[in-house]
Amino acid sequence: METYSLLRQFADSWMLLFLFAFFVGVIIWVFRPGASKEYKDTADIPFRHDDKPATDKEART
Amino acid sequence: MLNYIKLIALALVTLLALIAANYARDLAYLVHAILVAVVAGGLFIYHLRKVGDKNVAPQNEYNDGLIRMGVILTAFWGVVGFLVGVTIAYQLAFPQLNFEWAQGYMNFGRLRPLHTSAVIFAFGGTGLITTSFYVVQRTSAARLWGGGLASFVFWGYQFFIVLAATGYVLGATQSKEYAEPEWYVDLWLTIVWVAYLVVYLGTIMKRKEPHIYVANWFYLSFIVTVAMLHVVNNLSIPVSLFGSKSVQVFSGVQDAMTQWWYGHNAVGFFLTAGFLGMMYYFIPKQAERPVFSYKLSIIHFWALIFIYIWAGPHHLHYTALPDWASTLGMVFSIVLWMPSWGGMINGLMTLSGAWDKLRTDPIIRMMVISVGFYGMSTFEGPMMSIRAVNSLSHYTDWTIGHVHSGALGWNGMITFGALYYLVPVLWKRERLYSLSLVSWHFWLATIGIVLYAASMWVTGIMEGLMWREVDANGFLVNAFADTVAAKFPMYVVRATGGLLFLLGGLIMSYNLWMTVRKAPAKEPLVTAVPAE
Repeated sequence: METYSLLRQFADSWMLLFLFAFFVGVIIWVFRPGASKEYKDTADIPFRHDDKPATDKEART
Repeated sequence: MLNYIKLIALALVTLLALIAANYARDLAYLVHAILVAVVAGGLFIYHLRKVGDKNVAPQNEYNDGLIRMGVILTAFWGVVGFLVGVTIAYQLAFPQLNFEWAQGYMNFGRLRPLHTSAVIFAFGGTGLITTSFYVVQRTSAARLWGGGLASFVFWGYQFFIVLAATGYVLGATQSKEYAEPEWYVDLWLTIVWVAYLVVYLGTIMKRKEPHIYVANWFYLSFIVTVAMLHVVNNLSIPVSLFGSKSVQVFSGVQDAMTQWWYGHNAVGFFLTAGFLGMMYYFIPKQAERPVFSYKLSIIHFWALIFIYIWAGPHHLHYTALPDWASTLGMVFSIVLWMPSWGGMINGLMTLSGAWDKLRTDPIIRMMVISVGFYGMSTFEGPMMSIRAVNSLSHYTDWTIGHVHSGALGWNGMITFGALYYLVPVLWKRERLYSLSLVSWHFWLATIGIVLYAASMWVTGIMEGLMWREVDANGFLVNAFADTVAAKFPMYVVRATGGLLFLLGGLIMSYNLWMTVRKAPAKEPLVTAVPAE
């Protein structure tokens, strides 16, 4: 099979499936239990450390 | 040790550039070789004088020097880009402005790419690099990684702008829209861009927060995708090592498809994803509340990334491109409407519960109207990508109107908002010099865009209808020159709108300058000292 047909076949089968599954996975992941609480904290990132980098002690994990 | 390698490299570059200048086959190449030699030679002397200096960057401070420089240059390039835009708008209305003495340098054909690159890459690009460096430090709670590499990225990009701009005026172009710079300028940008990615990733990797804030996701997608687009679309072979001319590797419809895959994703990842990164940091900061929905930001990020990359073929309806490909592009462009509006909703709704700020804070007003224009042009775009609509709108001024409501409205206004936010913070001022000047800027710019977009709708649709009008025997009714004559009044209105926008930019520059010079300084932060 020449390169074009090979790539074309891969693109509209397995790659398409992978990308679609990845995207659905993202949506499910975003709505996992406990996500809201975590995202609330993440959304507040811009309101910390305005003036100075965090020291190692302040680092959050 | 590193210093010696630097000195040797700079000396070599200077020497090679001088040799290249000697053998130069065309004017643009000659000027560029001399520019490289002067800059490399200057840097050589600069570094030579610094040999033995010990400068240790304080890790407990953000690297803000570059960002201050970036704010100044963003405003500067903005005014330059708008000025060139107004010039060519008047050249279209009054062809006498293509002066005889400046033919071959300052006529419309030479200035037009200068305008597009000055606003997109100089104004937009400098704004993106500057704000991304600011945002990634604050949201990672870490100093910019890489020390001098960040300066290399910043100044290297400025040098790219200078090479590109002088090249256009002197006629070095590979005539690909938004990718006009010739091969050696492209190579230079590739080096700078990879360094940009390294600095950005390095800073994210040493972050002190567990999560990567959503603005960084958008900035990263912008950096990564632009690298890929730039390299693939600029695959070319120089005719001579000592000349600026190069030949594209792709040809025919493959070249066209690559070009518009690049072109549309330059819009998608440079002018959309990058500026959404800006939006996701500066709107919450100015509104003093977190983004409306963090979940929505994640979903619309992945949707936007997955879909945008397919939309390019809608630029090639009714061409040699196979129908299935242009239909694919059209369908994806329409699907793209939703993730785009996801971003718009998230930006606007961040203000929910604080709508009163629209009345009191002209900077918020600027950011909100920018998101409004984003929503408007991401509705107009999908509509224009539909094949039937495109048969009317393509090649007409409607496209130019669409681009400008996006670029002036969305990219321009959000950048102005970010600059108004940044200057008092970076120069430690209590407030801006004058809020009423911000209001003046807001209204001048808004009215300017409305004049621009409205006149281009009218002239675009008129032009499209005139082109397709046939008489009873099937002959075309209008000659091309008839449409040009009919467009004159709208061209004058458009240029006037641009003039108002430029005026707004000048007012902003004055206001920011006076903020640095005259606005009251902020009290230094005093940490409470416990009593003994």
